Amino acid sequence: MSTSLRLRAGLVSIVLLAAFLGIWHLATRSTGTTTTMSPEYAKLMGLTATQGKSAMPGPLDVGAKLWEHLKRPFYDNGPNDKGLGIQLAYSIARVGTGYLLAVLVAIPLGFLIGMSPLLSKALDPFIQVLKPISPLAWMPLALYTIKDSSVSAIFVIFICSIWPMLLNTVFGVASVRKEWVNVARTLEVGTVRRAFTVILPAAAPTILTGMRISIGIAWLVIVAAEMLVGGTGIGYFVWNEWNNLSITNVIIAILLIGVVGMLLDQILARFTRMVTFPE
Amino acid sequence: MTDKFISIEGIAKRYSGAGGATTTVFENLWLSMARGEFACVIGHSGCGKTTVLNILAGLDAPSEGAVIVDGQAISGTSLDRAVIFQSHALLPWRTVLGNVSYAVSSKWRSWDRAKVKAHAQTFIDLVGLTGSEHKRPSELSGGMKQRVGIARALSITPKMMLMDEPFSALDALTRGTLQDEVRRICLETGQTAFMITHDVDEAIYLADKIFLMTNGPGAVLAEVVENPLPRDRGRTDLHRHPLYYALRNHIIDFLVTRSKTFAAETPDHDPRNVPLVHVGKPELTIASDAKPEPSREASWPGLSRPSTSS
Ligand SMILES: Nc1ncnc2c1ncn2[C@@H]1O[C@H](COP(=O)(O)OP(=O)(O)O)[C@@H](O)[C@H]1O
Ligand SMILES: [Mg+2]
Repeated sequence: MSTSLRLRAGLVSIVLLAAFLGIWHLATRSTGTTTTMSPEYAKLMGLTATQGKSAMPGPLDVGAKLWEHLKRPFYDNGPNDKGLGIQLAYSIARVGTGYLLAVLVAIPLGFLIGMSPLLSKALDPFIQVLKPISPLAWMPLALYTIKDSSVSAIFVIFICSIWPMLLNTVFGVASVRKEWVNVARTLEVGTVRRAFTVILPAAAPTILTGMRISIGIAWLVIVAAEMLVGGTGIGYFVWNEWNNLSITNVIIAILLIGVVGMLLDQILARFTRMVTFPE
Repeated sequence: MTDKFISIEGIAKRYSGAGGATTTVFENLWLSMARGEFACVIGHSGCGKTTVLNILAGLDAPSEGAVIVDGQAISGTSLDRAVIFQSHALLPWRTVLGNVSYAVSSKWRSWDRAKVKAHAQTFIDLVGLTGSEHKRPSELSGGMKQRVGIARALSITPKMMLMDEPFSALDALTRGTLQDEVRRICLETGQTAFMITHDVDEAIYLADKIFLMTNGPGAVLAEVVENPLPRDRGRTDLHRHPLYYALRNHIIDFLVTRSKTFAAETPDHDPRNVPLVHVGKPELTIASDAKPEPSREASWPGLSRPSTSS
């Protein structure tokens, strides 16, 4: 039953993809030469005018270009011409660094806040105000104080990924089933051992859900941040290719951003499953 | 009453509600148990049974009064007092062996893994879970989960066991076997046990003494009923004993009517000297045991039944 459902769903997915590619192809194919014009003028106007070719690349153009990129993902021809692999690696490294720093701060801090009603109440107004701030709003302040664009991007990632993790850790720690805590209490388990043997495993699914939300937000924000700071990264690549009017490359970048985002999410989803135990 | 292993001395529990009003769950509650005794507490929902148990366990502190165990006032929880929780409270990320080992290694911090494992295994075997050591709680039935809870409590060789309606969530068949096992283990090891139950037959089968609590708020310990059934009683032929119905009816009568009216009917009730009730032989009836009270005698429809069974 479930395998046949999966099979049918897969089939529908393929049909939808084929339909999408087909429509895309039909919508962007050449309509033949429309006007005759002087060669200089034609050169200025580009292929759109001379061959009736759509400015929007078709799936075949994108496929061919993607193949080219996949063959040489790591070439480096100077600041404005690097392989997509290198650009993605820059972005992933920034996200990874900012995210890990956020994990190192959010989880211990969340533990403290979750275990202490006093801290929880005292820090609540700060968290409530800081949380809704768009991470990009921090960018000028970061650039001004840190003075390094790459580190500023990492800072922005840090700021945007800290809140879901912090709030989920606080919630997970504060809402550990009372009877599990009571088990530890009747066994005279000390505070530190209790934190690691009862509270951490009990709160782990909630904490990891927060981490999963965070990685998604971080990946959303890095593209925008790199468009702002420039230099390297997939966000910068998108902006650079837009300036080059290479829509094909922009489409490829969009596709890759989606794929990498999905992979990051799946990795965290797998970790979440690993620490979740039904009762 | 000579050896007071556990002595609850004038405890009270109050909660401050909204608008400064305080609810008194109970106050001036006195209760004592001898070493090796099995006591059951019966009373309606919300009368404060769990609160008493939590105070005994040290999970909760009384607003007033003290609890003395083995000559010492308790402060907080202790490995001497094991708790079997109603909802079994197993840690779902640990296996059966892991759950029991957690308790063992908490008691004997210096033991190495092998020793902890061997000790835990003994108690897993004792409750009949051999072969399920590596299962997680989600893979166990309700009865098996509660067995793990019992193994965990016993594994730390406590001085007493506290059980809050441990079998109420189980089906009748499983409940029966677990009652047998708890009784066997307690008799073998001479455990002192304090159990809350809703099941009158469970109390009659397991308890040496049955504490009857009136309804809350302001619940009091009305009487302590001594179980007249012989120590070698069996669960299945419990009802054949000539005193069974007298005892059962006495408890049910209390639950149905007297638990509500007790305070009004008994203004001279002394909470420090709760009457110890011996349920008499059916031909003598309870009324002749304490003070004669013919009205109560008349309200015992069950009295005619023992004569038919014996
Ligand atoms: N945290 C609390 N705040 C206020 N009232 C409480 C609290 N905990 C328990 N109570 C009250 O104490 C009474 C006794 O509860 P409990 O000991 O759980 O009863 P039982 O176990 O006999 O059913 C109940 O009426 C309940 O409403
Ligand atoms: Mg209760």
